[in-house]
Amino acid sequence: MSIKMVITSQIYKIADEQNKNLAPLTDDLNLLESGLDSLCFAILVARLEDELGCDPFTAFTDVHYPVTLGDFIRLYENAPQ
Amino acid sequence: MLPSNIWSLRDSLGKTSHRESRFLANGTMSIALADLVCGSGLRDCLSMFSGCSVLIATRDQLATALALIELDGVVRRLTLCPPDLPQEYLSSIIVKAGIDAIVCDCDSAEYGNLGVRRHFMCTTAIRPMGDFQVDPCPTEWILLTSGTTGLPKMVAHSLGTLTAAIDASKIEERPVVWGTFYDVRRYGGLQVLFRAILAGGSFVLLDVGESLGQYLDRLAEHHVTHVLGTPSHWRRVIMSPSARKIAPEYVRLSGEIADQSILDSLHVFYPHAHISHAFASTEAGVAFEVKDRFEGFPASIVNRSTGDVALRIDDASLRVRSPGTAKGFVGKEASMLADEEGFVDTGDIVDRRGDRYYFLGRRGGIINVGGLKVHPEEVEAVINRHPAVRMSSVRSRRSPITGSIVVADVVLKVEPDISSALTPTIELKEEILQVCRDSLAQHKVPAAIRFVADLDVGSTGKLARHA
Repeated sequence: MSIKMVITSQIYKIADEQNKNLAPLTDDLNLLESGLDSLCFAILVARLEDELGCDPFTAFTDVHYPVTLGDFIRLYENAPQ
Repeated sequence: MLPSNIWSLRDSLGKTSHRESRFLANGTMSIALADLVCGSGLRDCLSMFSGCSVLIATRDQLATALALIELDGVVRRLTLCPPDLPQEYLSSIIVKAGIDAIVCDCDSAEYGNLGVRRHFMCTTAIRPMGDFQVDPCPTEWILLTSGTTGLPKMVAHSLGTLTAAIDASKIEERPVVWGTFYDVRRYGGLQVLFRAILAGGSFVLLDVGESLGQYLDRLAEHHVTHVLGTPSHWRRVIMSPSARKIAPEYVRLSGEIADQSILDSLHVFYPHAHISHAFASTEAGVAFEVKDRFEGFPASIVNRSTGDVALRIDDASLRVRSPGTAKGFVGKEASMLADEEGFVDTGDIVDRRGDRYYFLGRRGGIINVGGLKVHPEEVEAVINRHPAVRMSSVRSRRSPITGSIVVADVVLKVEPDISSALTPTIELKEEILQVCRDSLAQHKVPAAIRFVADLDVGSTGKLARHA
């Protein structure tokens, strides 16, 4: 499964668990308008660390926090696995 | 500290500078502080509050601010009801605080069955009134904390202790515009309101149900200069497309551990802002502010009085004595709050490395998820209800988004009908999580569950918990 697939399927799963209405997951979707709150993102980052073996937020100290879903996916794609 | 000629919030309105240009605003209106001197939503019934113990149950933060300004110095006691207070605690709080009047800003039907006869409406509509006579009365302020499971602690302050960290004599040359993600019904938000009122500023308050993006847009419209929030709030801010619309001069973090990563990220994002993190608690008051943009705090401020504040570290836990320390808990001995020398044990565990102390977390393993506290025992008790679970250990895992999140290690009973061969582990995890979701607040539900063979149980027979 591609990194993008892993991320989007986790997002669907977490939205379902937390009863959140998700916006359509396009690359230019602003994360804060996705329907996920901070807690959802915290869960997402933790599960992605388990699944992909990396947490790019903690791995780089000068990380630029992602604004869109595309930014978020690229952050993981560019992180050393 | 309050100047000696000011004894109530309303009193201070008439004596501070820049009065004409200063305002309090929410999403629909902006009220000039100068107008508040001569009237407010409660002014025509103010005399009925004389000597009362009042519960502030307003929903809108601006309406709350107006009620507080109006009632301080008139009522005997003000109890602030935070927005997320579970309804079932209300009657007990009303009894403990001896509430005899409730102030709301919407239909008060939900407060109808609580045995309090007097209900008042405080809206943001200003009704100018002429002179009025009310007997001055020093008001006791009661703030609720989320520090324990069950009923929140009721912390008693005075206007003097709540404003101890504010230098009201140092009026800013230019009017400051404050913004905060904190709620004015809690300690952090109240500090911002008092700073705005006493030290010559304006305050843009968050609306009920307003999104972060909308609030940032409004902060930008009002040219916000000073913005405060928890590290979790700030991590969310810098993920917002609206974050670049504001250009604060001053950015402050408190309420959670500010790690180096968020301090660095904020510096990159707002290169011209003074970025600081502060330590404060509802019980201890404001202890210190760290301005060097490094996490932790210099060891040199411990065991030495910095101004009026003294810090001490015993058993790795930070203790604070300050003029901002609360007077006590409602209905409990003063010794429950501070020791005989006046130090409050904050329960925050610190570790010294070189010439600095670093925060490790809360004593007793209390987990701070984006500013909300989680007691591991409460979550473990729920997990242990699942018939397949023998025991569990709930702990904190570091999160770059909310500081910490809750995760659980679970030991299963090895019984034939639930052995892993028969019940796939993914389904079992899902079942356990469902039990948690059914009876716990969202932030307390583990983000991940791991099945383990055994748990670390110390010599006391208690689960080993690490800060």
